[in-house]
Amino acid sequence: MTSRPLLRAAGAFLLLGLLLRADPPEPIRVGHFASLTGKEASFGVAGRKGIELAVAELNARGGVLGRPVDYIVEDIQSKAGESATAVKKLIARDKVVAVLGANASSNSLEAAPICQAAHVPMIALSSTSPKVTAMGTYIFRVCFIDPFQGAVLAKFARTTLHAQRVALLTSATAPYSVGLSGVFRERFTADGGVIVAEQKYAEGDKDFRAQLTAIRTLKPDVIAATGYYTEAALICQQARTLGLDLPIIGGDGWEAPQLIELGGAAVEGTYYSTHYSAESPAPEVQGFIRRYRERYDGETPDAVAALGYDAMMLLADAMTRAGTTEGPAVRAALAATKDFPGVTGRTTIDAQRNPSKPAIIVTVKGGKVEFVEAVLP
Amino acid sequence: MVEFFQQLLNGLSLGAIYALIALGYTMVYGVLRFINFAHSDVFMVGAFLGYYLGRLVPAGTLWGGLAVLAGAMAGCALLGMTIERLAYRPLRGAPTLNVLITAIGVSLLLEYSGQVFFGAAPRNFPAIFPVRTFHVGGLVLGSNQLIVILVSVVLMVVLQLIVHRTKIGTAMRAVSLNPRAAVLMGVNNDVVISFTFGLGSALAAAGGILYALNYPSVDPLMGLMPGLKAFVAAILGGIGNIPGAALGGLLLGTTETFVNGSQWSTYKDAIGFAVLIIILLFRPAGLLGRFTIEKV
Repeated sequence: MTSRPLLRAAGAFLLLGLLLRADPPEPIRVGHFASLTGKEASFGVAGRKGIELAVAELNARGGVLGRPVDYIVEDIQSKAGESATAVKKLIARDKVVAVLGANASSNSLEAAPICQAAHVPMIALSSTSPKVTAMGTYIFRVCFIDPFQGAVLAKFARTTLHAQRVALLTSATAPYSVGLSGVFRERFTADGGVIVAEQKYAEGDKDFRAQLTAIRTLKPDVIAATGYYTEAALICQQARTLGLDLPIIGGDGWEAPQLIELGGAAVEGTYYSTHYSAESPAPEVQGFIRRYRERYDGETPDAVAALGYDAMMLLADAMTRAGTTEGPAVRAALAATKDFPGVTGRTTIDAQRNPSKPAIIVTVKGGKVEFVEAVLP
Repeated sequence: MVEFFQQLLNGLSLGAIYALIALGYTMVYGVLRFINFAHSDVFMVGAFLGYYLGRLVPAGTLWGGLAVLAGAMAGCALLGMTIERLAYRPLRGAPTLNVLITAIGVSLLLEYSGQVFFGAAPRNFPAIFPVRTFHVGGLVLGSNQLIVILVSVVLMVVLQLIVHRTKIGTAMRAVSLNPRAAVLMGVNNDVVISFTFGLGSALAAAGGILYALNYPSVDPLMGLMPGLKAFVAAILGGIGNIPGAALGGLLLGTTETFVNGSQWSTYKDAIGFAVLIIILLFRPAGLLGRFTIEKV
């Protein structure tokens, strides 16, 4: 019984201490889920670097709404099923106000219903499947969508490469690849071309000789491989060893330094579409590249890093305009984004919560990525 | 017709690798009656040893390639024997299930240590053998594919000679037939089992390097699918039976390749496994396996 007053005194002291302490502003927590390991690790790591650069710049300017930005990243290991867990953790445990990510559309599709249910805005970085933002009113993205990308690729194959016959190689287990192949087929045939075959593989496959042998018999002018970079590099290598010396083209899933590291000489002369080019003379782009190089030992940012940077800046802009970090208000501000100047182009969010941005076609030459053309929407 | 032979060649070079891995599963099953699930990760370690050793030798030379192959095989033989000594020997005589769970544990340990030491991102495997392409009619023969088939055949012949023509091979067969009787006849079971693990792991390392030559991206989880396929191949051929494992591997590799080249490529694993189920329905002990009643 005697300890009661003592305890009370201690409690009062503690309370006093808490009240008297100069309260620093509560940080704004922003979550990011990405494949930092595994076969799509290049996307996650590049995205993280872009976001971290944006966060550092925001905090150097005094944060957002006078509060510092706290960045929390979860690794989804390039595995199906991890995205849902990661996003639940970010929302329930870390209490993030918004979620950034992911890259592969399949991962974003997994996370979107959870963000929607929790009324936490989500901005996908390079998920180009149209289904992603259709998941709900809280789901946004900073990249173009596949109906546009597929049309750009089909037109490029038809007019620039003068292809008449194209063989498609689709990753049947990636919604991104299935969607892109579908649009490509539609647009290419509408332009008077012929799709001679569509061969399929599964994510993680390493042997494509069988599909390529079947394709070789049909003598196409161009092969369109619409999957991700790890498989694309192996596809190019195996195509070359089978004597298929034709142009191979792909989408933004190819955008990773690993494409050239894994593919070597076999990816020379291939083309793919992407979100930005480091060769662009625009001051926003060159300034971004300079700051990125300073921070990361002279490394040149790729498109995913640029999208990560843009997504974080877009979110900060929306929170500033909303004047709060409450989900519904930030969502409304994001949806009202107009002419936001980003590294990957001016962003205006449309009614389907997609931006319209130019696509860039690049080629691999001498072990380096070179700008070929930009296609406006 | 050209396409058929090209696919057959693709299938054989894939099947030869499955066969090499399957041999390790089958040999260990033969002497210890348990499935060594860590085997597919020894395959991965073999590929990584090749990756690191490949940087030490001049690239694209036959002798350099063979040296890397021999080095990785020796390294994995050592690894296999160490695993047996540390993880499985203390459980000798324990229920098979305990050993099986331990094997899964060792497998996970190797995979995730691999992620710590090698990193999780896929890496490009160097071209350690000279690369050339031969054109025969419309057929395109890659030197790597030929090396895979050649090395596999040589290793399988050597294995057959070891098992049937040497003293240690006779001892292996004796232990497989009846371990207790083998001890009574003066066979040192520990040495025989250790040797079996070493031999099986060396073959897995060879498989790993040949696989990485043909599909030059290596990562710590690369053993999962080929390991599973090789396990199926071992069952298909009759587990515990060495020529059976080779036959099973080739059969599975060619089936998979032909399905892959057709319109049903999405179902290639399903069809491969359906073949297994059908064969087991008619021959429950596998193609070359003999059905024996387990003695109690």
